[in-house]
Amino acid sequence: MAGPLLEVEGLVKRFGGFTALNRVSLSVKAGERFGLIGPNGSGKTTLINCVSGALPVDSGSIRFEGREITALPPHQRTRLGIVRSFQIPKPFTSMTVRENLGIPLEYAAAGRAGGEGSADADEILESIGLHAKAHLRPAGLTQIEMRKLELARAMAARPKLLISDEAMAGLSSTEVDDILAILFRLSTQGITIIMIEHIMRAVMRFSERIVVLDAGERIAEGTPDEVVRNPAVEKAYLGE
Amino acid sequence: MKTGRTLLVALAVIVAGILLAKLRVNPYFYFAGYVILQYIVIATAWNILGGYAGYVNFGTPAFFAMGAYTAVFLIRSVHAPLPVLIVAGGLVAALLGLGIGYLTLRLRGTFFSIATLALAVVLQTAIINWEYVGGSRGLSVIRPSGPPFGNYVVFLFTVMGGLAVVSVLVARFIERSWIGRGLAALRDNEEAAECMGVPTLKLKLFATTVSGFFLGVAGAPFPYYVTFVEPNSAFALDYAVNALAMPMIGGTTSWVGPVIGAVLLGTASQLATVTISSEMNLFIVGVVLVAFVVLAPEGILGLVRKLRGR
Repeated sequence: MAGPLLEVEGLVKRFGGFTALNRVSLSVKAGERFGLIGPNGSGKTTLINCVSGALPVDSGSIRFEGREITALPPHQRTRLGIVRSFQIPKPFTSMTVRENLGIPLEYAAAGRAGGEGSADADEILESIGLHAKAHLRPAGLTQIEMRKLELARAMAARPKLLISDEAMAGLSSTEVDDILAILFRLSTQGITIIMIEHIMRAVMRFSERIVVLDAGERIAEGTPDEVVRNPAVEKAYLGE
Repeated sequence: MKTGRTLLVALAVIVAGILLAKLRVNPYFYFAGYVILQYIVIATAWNILGGYAGYVNFGTPAFFAMGAYTAVFLIRSVHAPLPVLIVAGGLVAALLGLGIGYLTLRLRGTFFSIATLALAVVLQTAIINWEYVGGSRGLSVIRPSGPPFGNYVVFLFTVMGGLAVVSVLVARFIERSWIGRGLAALRDNEEAAECMGVPTLKLKLFATTVSGFFLGVAGAPFPYYVTFVEPNSAFALDYAVNALAMPMIGGTTSWVGPVIGAVLLGTASQLATVTISSEMNLFIVGVVLVAFVVLAPEGILGLVRKLRGR
């Protein structure tokens, strides 16, 4: 496809009198590893909520594969291929790990790429290293396993664009490498990935291109090296 | 194959009901049996929304009374036959269910429950002020003459038995289909379910509508059962408490739970009404419910699963 996979244009989101996103634009190419960073409260998660459909936008447009999706409800965006993982894992607690994957397989992936069935769930669990826990309820998982379940469930929806919202926050450095390896592998499978992360080591290594948000505005864009050297970014993170 | 066996069991239950009706034991048993069967329908219907989708409805009396008063209206205006009353009562209550379904757009958890409670109060007030269906004084209903089995209560008993079978079959079908899995996902986490492709609003509307339908169905034969309908008995608190207590005691995640709960609690409160006093029966329900919520939050089914797990 010639055009970008995801195109966000002039997005505005206000909460009462507070402008969380002020005319933010960005575009993500198919197959890209895209980083989204910014200090706390800069609007990263709000942006993701608007792209995934959890929040309605005040103005601006969102296009996916050239199609206008600004007014679509979240589940339809998921079916088109925009899938997100949550910063704080939100597993289906009454189901086993395998059943957790069954929901997106049945509701999002069926009728699109791949089929359905527990074979797919097992395959995903195997690739992410959760196979041994397939029969457990999420309450029996460790923190890192919970994050992996979050990613596995997102994979089961067969995403074209995966938005990973701070999948690594609070993990140890070997665990961070573990998650990074999974995301790299997904990328080589052709899945476009937007990574939102505070762990700079991870974002800088992973991303081909980075956009920086600060106080709801886009303040910088470029390769990791360019972004690091950008004085505006330094100012946003460290002050003057 | 499995569905075939289920239908066979259902058929056997209906045949057993008819044989029971032919048996002519003490008429009181049919009278009490009707109430227990009615509670199987109510508990099963409530559980489709409360158990599967996790939206706790305190407004059961509103739906039950909608069924009952739709029947009263149709009896008074056009002398409609019982099957028409049941379908019409169900449909009106289903419409009400669809209405509260849209409430879930804005209200979740406790706030949804409070809204359903308010709904019951509003509707009761409306009925009290509607003279045509009896207003606050109530209205006598005359049963049609010459019922099957020679006795109208015996006839109603078999009808309610059939309705119980149908509602349980529908609940079981929902539970085991993609709808049930989607409802379970949104019960666990609505936001995550939506993001995993589950059309949460559509499923919630489906659940509130079907749940409302069967609550109305349970109420439609009520006028012929009591022969005198007035707001306090049609909107009785008992329905709200029992509809919630029975599934909780049986177990909310499976269709068997509400059936177990309704049979146990229904029988217990009928016994208490006869042997002790009619006030005691709600007291017993309350005590049992508190005990279960504290000691076995997943109900009898949860207990059984735990014991088997060891």
